Amino acid sequence: MNDLFGIMAEFDSATDLMRAARQTHGSGYREMDAYSPFPIEGLSEAMGLHKDGVPLVVLIGGILGACAGYGLQYWVSAITYPVNIGGRPLNSWPAFVIVTFELTILFAGLSSVIGMLVLNGLPQPYHPVFNVQKFERASQDRFFLCVFATDPRFNLTETRRFMEGLKPLSISEVPN
Amino acid sequence: MQSADTAMDMEMEQEVPVLAPGHNLTSVTEKISSIVLERPLSPAWVLGFVFCSGFVLMLGTAVGYLFFKGTGIWGVNVPVGWGFAIINFVWWIGIGHAGTLISAILHLLRQSWRNSINRFAEAMTLFAVMCAGVFPAIHLGRPWLAYWLFPIPNSMKYWPQFRSPLLWDVFAVSTYFTISLVFWYTGLIPDLATLRDRAKNPAVRMIFGVLAMGWRGSAQHWKRYESAYLLLAGLSTPLVLSVHTVVSFDFAISIMPGWHTTIFPPYFVAGAIYSGFAMVLILAIPIRAVYNLKDMITERHLDNAAKVMLATGLIVAYGYVMEVFLAWYGASASDKFLVYNRFHGPYAGPYWALWMCNIIVPQLLWIRKVRKSPVILFLLSMVVLVGMWLERFVIVVLSLHRDYVPSSWGMYYPTKWDWMTYIGTLGLFTAAVFVFVRILPMISIFEIRMLLPESEVKH
Repeated sequence: MNDLFGIMAEFDSATDLMRAARQTHGSGYREMDAYSPFPIEGLSEAMGLHKDGVPLVVLIGGILGACAGYGLQYWVSAITYPVNIGGRPLNSWPAFVIVTFELTILFAGLSSVIGMLVLNGLPQPYHPVFNVQKFERASQDRFFLCVFATDPRFNLTETRRFMEGLKPLSISEVPN
Repeated sequence: MQSADTAMDMEMEQEVPVLAPGHNLTSVTEKISSIVLERPLSPAWVLGFVFCSGFVLMLGTAVGYLFFKGTGIWGVNVPVGWGFAIINFVWWIGIGHAGTLISAILHLLRQSWRNSINRFAEAMTLFAVMCAGVFPAIHLGRPWLAYWLFPIPNSMKYWPQFRSPLLWDVFAVSTYFTISLVFWYTGLIPDLATLRDRAKNPAVRMIFGVLAMGWRGSAQHWKRYESAYLLLAGLSTPLVLSVHTVVSFDFAISIMPGWHTTIFPPYFVAGAIYSGFAMVLILAIPIRAVYNLKDMITERHLDNAAKVMLATGLIVAYGYVMEVFLAWYGASASDKFLVYNRFHGPYAGPYWALWMCNIIVPQLLWIRKVRKSPVILFLLSMVVLVGMWLERFVIVVLSLHRDYVPSSWGMYYPTKWDWMTYIGTLGLFTAAVFVFVRILPMISIFEIRMLLPESEVKH
């Protein structure tokens, strides 16, 4: 790996960022990312990223939670600690619905947050984009687009010239 | 008159925006984050915090003495074995519900006005559930055996009874607290990143940096983030409805007159949201005045919250009327006797006060001027909170004090320890709110940014 992580362009508005992301993706760059202080609908799709994976994780978490919830109650009430109350069935499922439901929600909810963080690669103590001084405004009021040096089409002079054509506020090289 | 009022309402909704004009990305970010990062500690804050902390100490004293002496220091005795502990538990849990309603249900319904109040409403939920959680833990009699409530393998080979609503409560409330906490934290992550990037003090920067977990606002991250947030909202919605339903099962599954009724779950949930919105207003009205946030928490928010209160209050009223109607229409002599007792018995005072506070006085909310006046709304919310507390008092105490066996009838009188514990949790709640408004952004910065016209992508 070389010393350069990528080239970053700064924009003033969500509209400019969206336009720049579309153009960059359209001209063949694939290894790139955009940064904004709030979610922008359609931005990740504009860069060719369509799937997010979180719903599947949540579905699996929810199913596991339901199985764990019912399984726990069945095992406790019917197998390991059976209490005969007037001959009523040990596997009294209507009474088990509530805890099953709560554990479904618990597992699904936790897997949505944990799944989101893990898929995003967070927590991440270090990332090269933070080497750019101006990038601190990405969480406030500015919009950034970064083309990574790992992209096969990446070429320092040409990519830089291309990004200047996007009319950004500024351009910086991101050291690794 | 009625229709004229509605027409004026619609007009007003167009007039008062969710976010006052004149803001942009920079000003929104600066305004909210400066409360945490730059605003100096005011003497009023210190005084208020110390005052509330005094009540926390009182709570500690009351609980300490309780652990030393046992539940005999409380007013509970046969036949009223459920006293303040249950009343306050239900009251606090109910207050928490508005936070989840605002953050989850209104998010699913795409009510963008919630963006300015969801953060502190969620914090309110957490603190209220914390206060609620104090009561079941301390009322056990032998609190050091609290772990018996959980399915933990132990040397006695004992396991909990999953057919009991009290155990359902354990699962419902602990799930509710956990999910509320992660929902709140997830919402905070982008704002923590903002605070990290704005903080000048290296230690503060470090703390927010660790808490933000390296959030950098990447488009792909945002996509997964929004997806996770939406799913959490979708999961929290049935959860919040289930929590007060399960709380109502504590009563409804029993065979006491006045408790054994199918109307309890919906009427408990409506009552919970009713009292929760009252608490939201009690917090929002002083906060927007003290921290000069009237451009973000506008009259529109107060008006909408008041309307939710009015609607849920009417559902609660329906519940009260139905209780009386079904006692008259049904065939149970015990139910008839309970209603007679509510009307004319020794606790008729609290019962009629409950009607006054929860049903009659809140009808003022039909008047637009009332919904627009912060002072009146604040006082009215207080009245509703008192009313909702009385509702739980009436439910818990009145059914028990005249049970099926006349020889065991008795009265319930709370002792000073009951009151100290209850008022102590109020102090705990307020102290937590005091800390929260100083150390975290009390309004969601990134969601306010989304309300700005410039956040729209123009094609």
